Amino acid sequence: MTRITVKVDGVSYEDDVEPRLLLVHYLRERVGKTGTPIGCDTSNCGACTVHLDGVSVKSCSVLAVQADGSEVTTIEGLANGEWHPLQQAFHSEHALQCGYCTPGMIMAAADLLRENPDPSDQEIREGLEGNLCRCTGYENIVRAVRRAAETGVTSA
Amino acid sequence: MTAETQAKPATELGRARLRKEDARLVTGKTNWTDNIVLPGMLHVAFLRSPLAHAKITRVDVSRALQSPGVIAAFSGADFADEQGSLPCAWPVTPDIVIPAHPPMATDEVRYVGEAVACVVARDRYEAADALEAIDVDYEPLPPVLDIRTALDESSPKVHEAGNKSFEWVFGGGDIDAAFRDAPVVLERNYRQQRLIPSAMEPRAVVGWNEGEEFTLWSATQIPHVLRVMLALVTGIPEHNLRVIAPDVGGGFGSKLQVCAEEVLALLISRKVGRPVKWTESRSEGNLTVHHGRDQWQRIKVAADRDGRLRGLSVDLLADMGAYLMLVTPGVPLLGAFMYNSIYKMDALSFRCTGVFTTKMPTDAYRGAGRPEATFAIERIMDDLAFELGIEPLELRERNWIKHEEFPYTTIAGLTYDSGNYEAATAKAKELFRYDELRVEQEQRRDSHDPIQLGIGISTYTEMCGLAPSRVLGSLAYGAGGWEHASIRMLPTGKVEVVTGSSAHGQGHETAWSQIVADKLGVPFEDVRVLHGDTQVSPKGMDTYGSRSLTVGGVAVHGACEKVIVKAKVIASAMLEAPPEEIEFAAGTFSVRGSDGVGKTIQEIALATFAAHALPDGVEPNIDSDATYDPDNFSYPHGTHLCATEIDTETGEVKIRSYVAVDDVGNVVNPLIVDGQVHGGLAQGIAQALFEEAIYDDEGNLTTTTMADYLLPSAADLPHFTTDRTQTPATTNPLGVKGVGEAGTIASTPAVVNSIIDGLRHYGIRDIVMPCTPERVWRALKAARDSGPGTQIIGDSATDSHGTVGHVSGEDAAQAHGSDAAPSNGGQALGGAE
Repeated sequence: MTRITVKVDGVSYEDDVEPRLLLVHYLRERVGKTGTPIGCDTSNCGACTVHLDGVSVKSCSVLAVQADGSEVTTIEGLANGEWHPLQQAFHSEHALQCGYCTPGMIMAAADLLRENPDPSDQEIREGLEGNLCRCTGYENIVRAVRRAAETGVTSA
Repeated sequence: MTAETQAKPATELGRARLRKEDARLVTGKTNWTDNIVLPGMLHVAFLRSPLAHAKITRVDVSRALQSPGVIAAFSGADFADEQGSLPCAWPVTPDIVIPAHPPMATDEVRYVGEAVACVVARDRYEAADALEAIDVDYEPLPPVLDIRTALDESSPKVHEAGNKSFEWVFGGGDIDAAFRDAPVVLERNYRQQRLIPSAMEPRAVVGWNEGEEFTLWSATQIPHVLRVMLALVTGIPEHNLRVIAPDVGGGFGSKLQVCAEEVLALLISRKVGRPVKWTESRSEGNLTVHHGRDQWQRIKVAADRDGRLRGLSVDLLADMGAYLMLVTPGVPLLGAFMYNSIYKMDALSFRCTGVFTTKMPTDAYRGAGRPEATFAIERIMDDLAFELGIEPLELRERNWIKHEEFPYTTIAGLTYDSGNYEAATAKAKELFRYDELRVEQEQRRDSHDPIQLGIGISTYTEMCGLAPSRVLGSLAYGAGGWEHASIRMLPTGKVEVVTGSSAHGQGHETAWSQIVADKLGVPFEDVRVLHGDTQVSPKGMDTYGSRSLTVGGVAVHGACEKVIVKAKVIASAMLEAPPEEIEFAAGTFSVRGSDGVGKTIQEIALATFAAHALPDGVEPNIDSDATYDPDNFSYPHGTHLCATEIDTETGEVKIRSYVAVDDVGNVVNPLIVDGQVHGGLAQGIAQALFEEAIYDDEGNLTTTTMADYLLPSAADLPHFTTDRTQTPATTNPLGVKGVGEAGTIASTPAVVNSIIDGLRHYGIRDIVMPCTPERVWRALKAARDSGPGTQIIGDSATDSHGTVGHVSGEDAAQAHGSDAAPSNGGQALGGAE
């Protein structure tokens, strides 16, 4: 067991974890942050995307011990009183159906907009290449990210 | 009218309401099955067969029991007396072979991934660790991988009864007469590759047995059907079994199943006396969630020189995989009625042979039988047009049912209620700039541009909204096709809708609220939709086959009508006027001629709660149920046009534009309809270009991760231009048609037709799906190597079981002279049968 200190969505936690414990399992099963789902186990689908010290990572491919001393933001910590502009835009543009990919998609999009606040449609498509959605054909996801960019989204 | 009532839209139906479901989904407050934690809950991990076909000679779990955190470990023998056989609810012929299908294998394994043992441990890591300590001895048997040779005498057998499950024949008209002396006969062989449905949420189950009561949470599309089937399979009394589908992350048919793990979760919980959870890994899912498609299609068309279709003959080989699951054998047969599509013809013959292999069973995947049929007819229509020198849209129009001919009974015996193929096609052509693109295509051909332009057409219809129970009965389906709904009018004026539909992304909570708000005149926000739990919603047939709105939504509408009828009696008493003088509009009952002043339906609901002053003999309750059984299928249709740019040097195909004009009748929520089309397009395009489940020569699935099985990302797909024509259905009171599968059904042939259209002048007539850059490049190379005048009819590099690889350029595309024998899958023109 290894002791780690991690801040998740603004709350500090100190836990003993197995060195092999994946960050996503730590978040879901130790911290209770089930808003971050697991889609593929191989970092292809991006459903488990969270921010680690402000940068998007696929939490199925990060060990909990690697997050020691870091700050993690999940979809559950993204809203600050009211919905984040991306959450609002995904709702407004009907950019989700089953919603399973949505937390990861929004977290990845937030990171995309942090790096490129005014992306073209093609830049959005390429920027979200690591996040798979099986329901929407991405049409409305692209629109939602563009809408969020237009309404002005600050780094999450 | 007041300003306020004027501001209210006249109708909820057709309004682009944002979804009620979204709030929990965008904030991560969802209730996926894997999120569920129960007191004392244990985790299950399954040990799965590494061999495609083998006898199990020994299973020893004793070492696993010594592993830390392990509470129990079981092999198939431990369940032998109680696990039953996983059901097939669609015995399509009287003499169909339905082999026993134990949830956990006991004597023999027949595909890689079949469960042979399990561990129950304190957490998922400990359970996975202990699997390594289970010893299994196998005696390997030969795999069976190619349905084209599996029926040979010399083939090894998957089951003792042999490799043939059934042969099903169907037809209409005089097929011999249609082909006799036909001026034109064309024959093609098409491959429908095996697909993995790939819902983003992996399957997960939680089973809990306490005393006599059993509860199963499952990521399923079918909580109601599942409850009945689990009761039948396990002997657990149905009234002691509750099935809950919490938030479910997509299905596409893959969660229309009775899974081994669902049965076993209940049995394991009973054995260990604690709740148990199992969540699959993606690679486990790719191995063991049922697959889709996997057919060889031989299609032959007879036509007159002017392009008029005379007859169509279809012969299918369909890969069942190792067992028949819930609706496995019925899936290819759903296509039988759709090969004739929107076209008039004198005769149709259809034969399907279901064949066993040592692979994961196939079953429903978005479209289920209809994408395959639509692909084959739309592909061969393009070839026929070329051979006859008729513009491909013109050929279609010469044959399709004209809008004034509806209702029209097809050669397959279905009565299409309504449609307007002319209108949808005209709109699609305009949006696509069809004529301009044809000019550009000519220019690129003439200038030998390395980037060639292809224009693909798909004019489709489909049968959905499963289904009239009587028709399902005639097809030997094991259940009805009705749907149930209840409306509960609460004392404070709010409304609960209980639906038997079980949404997993479709937006029923929003759409059903719109139907109720429209019908009862209550605010959209005041309606709550309940579903997905057999204790809350006791009756239902669930969600698949684009049936939810056309059957479930119509049931909601019917229940609303009954509420109004009941409420009117009470309104009559309250307004002191006879019932025949009471009108209901915009949520208010009033006496005719009284200018809308009266009692609202909420006031009536409250009056039944108090029940102080109801007329004699009137029940204090206006809640109502309705069970709707449709008279007919639903027949959405449309025209899809796809422009591809094909790099003739690299074989890369890029979709430049895609236009989909669909006619799904009346629309309840255009946002949801567009979303369904978008997602459908993505999956159909993915079949054309990217996806294929590949087994190697030993029967190992090689596409077990999302790195190997290529789901398209945003960067792989184009912007979709979608539009609609609106020809209301005449078979249901809402005038609605199904939309869930339309995009998938229409788009695959549109894309492949586009690629072939772009390369036709090279002599290329077919490229096997998925049309990867390698396959396109090989087809082009074969064409160049063979010289002008040669026809390239496919990629025989795709061998028997859909594997690709180790092929020479020569193998990659069979080149036939123009006089090739028709039976060889090549072209044949002008030859009478």
